[in-house]
Amino acid sequence: MVEAGDFGTSPDDVQFRFRDDEPVDHGTVTVDSALEQTNANAVRIEPGDDARLLLPFLDRLALVEINFPAFTDGRGYSAARILREAGYAGELRAVGDVLIDQLSHMRRCGFDSFAPDKRLDEEDAKRAFATWEKVYQHAADTALTGRATIAQRRHGEGA
Amino acid sequence: MYAYDQYDQQMVDARVAEFRDQARRRLEGKLTEDQFKPLRLMNGLYLQLHAYMLRVAIPYGTLNSRQMTMLGDIADRYDRGYGHFTTRQNIQYNWIKLEDAADILADLATVEMHATQTSGNCIRNISSDHFAGAAHDEVVDPRPYAELLRQWSSFHPEFSYLPRKFKICVIASEKDRAAMRLHDIGIRIIERDGELGAQFFVGGGMGRTPMIAPMVRDFVALDQLVTYAEACLRVYNRYGRRDNKYKARIKILVHELGAEEYTRQVEEEFAHLLEQGVEPPFAELERIRTFFTDPPFEDDAKSVERSDPDFAVWVDRNTHRHKHDAYVSAVISLKPVGGIPGDATGEQMRLMARLAKQYSFDEIRVMHTQNVVLPHVRIADLPALWAELHEAGLGAPNMDTIEDIIACPGLDYCSLANARSIPLAQRISERFDKSGKTGKLGELKLKISGCINACGHHHAGHIGILGVDKKGKENYQLSLGGSEAEDVSLAKITGPGFDEDGVIEAVEKVTDLYLAQRTEGERFIDTYRRLGMEPFKEALYG
Repeated sequence: MVEAGDFGTSPDDVQFRFRDDEPVDHGTVTVDSALEQTNANAVRIEPGDDARLLLPFLDRLALVEINFPAFTDGRGYSAARILREAGYAGELRAVGDVLIDQLSHMRRCGFDSFAPDKRLDEEDAKRAFATWEKVYQHAADTALTGRATIAQRRHGEGA
Repeated sequence: MYAYDQYDQQMVDARVAEFRDQARRRLEGKLTEDQFKPLRLMNGLYLQLHAYMLRVAIPYGTLNSRQMTMLGDIADRYDRGYGHFTTRQNIQYNWIKLEDAADILADLATVEMHATQTSGNCIRNISSDHFAGAAHDEVVDPRPYAELLRQWSSFHPEFSYLPRKFKICVIASEKDRAAMRLHDIGIRIIERDGELGAQFFVGGGMGRTPMIAPMVRDFVALDQLVTYAEACLRVYNRYGRRDNKYKARIKILVHELGAEEYTRQVEEEFAHLLEQGVEPPFAELERIRTFFTDPPFEDDAKSVERSDPDFAVWVDRNTHRHKHDAYVSAVISLKPVGGIPGDATGEQMRLMARLAKQYSFDEIRVMHTQNVVLPHVRIADLPALWAELHEAGLGAPNMDTIEDIIACPGLDYCSLANARSIPLAQRISERFDKSGKTGKLGELKLKISGCINACGHHHAGHIGILGVDKKGKENYQLSLGGSEAEDVSLAKITGPGFDEDGVIEAVEKVTDLYLAQRTEGERFIDTYRRLGMEPFKEALYG
């Protein structure tokens, strides 16, 4: 059985973090292990995992890593939104093949920390996070921060 | 038609800036070609056999004259003086330089256009009925719903790395002029008990595994349209196959799960998403609708002097009944005999733009059959319009005839193709024009694809031709009985393939059989359906 701390990224691997709380100081367990271990507070989701299996345990989780083995596999975006839609408020970390041009979409889907396999250029990343000043769709960012969509702005809802 | 506000403009401008930065990082070596590829694809930039190809989006096929003029100017400025209108109502330029791409996007942005998501594994340009807003038989203009979905699908944070490309089509009449059920999602706006709503068909497509989309919902309320689409996409993004590129389209997921199980999962996701506030305010749909109100039609003559036989045949074949009885929609054929289907020169584009301004309330449409429409032409103006088109080589009277061939770019341009499509289309149109059989054959949809990916819609042709590679030689398979319309069906292969000359002979044989066997009022496809494949096989191989 995989024990807590056996794998996953460490706080040192995190290049960008948009939270003020203390990061979890140990590694993560698989989704299967998290379902069995009632004390696990950090879990790692692989592309094929069903993020909804974690919904009954969200209260005890402080870190969820979502792995992108290849940046072209977009399942992690849905997993992230599903967790945020269910009220998960802990750290949501994108790990793996995380590149500049996916950062803005990841952020919108609720990721608030990023541990790329290869460190990214800080300036390029800063620009990428700021790609969309306004947004068309409702997503995790509009839900969590009250950021208004373009349609809402057009009709005087939100600011 | 729709006009951008500050927000829409800001979005396309942001996109241009983003792409410029990506191209810079590619040139600086910060992005590998593998990393850059999906990004350039999402901006419409392909690498073809000889050069880059840029595909520009024409949302739901609607353009104004300013935009059409810009398309013509781009053809002259950055390409070799022409462009190619596609089966998804877009335009592509085949001779583009990578270093010009960001400048072209910036030029497009000045006329409220873009190349966003015209390629890549994301939600593509939304297509629609080319007679939308003009047709006598529509329940409502489908374009406001397409525009709502355009905004929703543009830069969607969750659905930009789907298992495979995703095409959506919106229509609003019983007649299907847009191949709606051969899309990943086909939406038909209907009226039920005085209420408008949307029927959803999911999992259609052509390609190597053609499928007709089953209906998954017979009525989605208009204030839940975006939410329902989001549910359809989320189930696909999570469970669509990613292990095999050729099985990654949603049609395979729907087929493997079964339409019923897919629908159950969508309904569950939909119920969840309804609680999430995904839907834009209904006032937004109402705002968009105000851009699609009728132009100021005026009563006028309902018929026109037809003594010139060339003009009369053009009117009969290339005009479509309008909702106002003093107007018609006029089809500008981009299928001159012996020409390249869908190609137009920069000069022709500017001419079409001027004619649209003069005769059609500044509106133009692109058809999935690779022609152009002036949607609102006064019947009284038809002689003058025709004279100008005729003069410019744009007056071919062949809409929906055997000369109105859909053909993919084929081996002349495309790196995927196994065989050439364009020369075949040219030779077939020349042959039938010369023999004078085009008119006798009436409605006959012939579609040619240069490979199994089926960009030329051969599965949906009354007569379909598929180019394959047979031991290093181009070989063509013939199929019969397909339709992309409301009587949607998939064509069946006749038997062994032919060489280029042979397949042209074969087309002649099956059309001769039709002419000999048809009963009063029967189209080719009707005769085929009545007789079945056997007599056609007999004529070809017997």
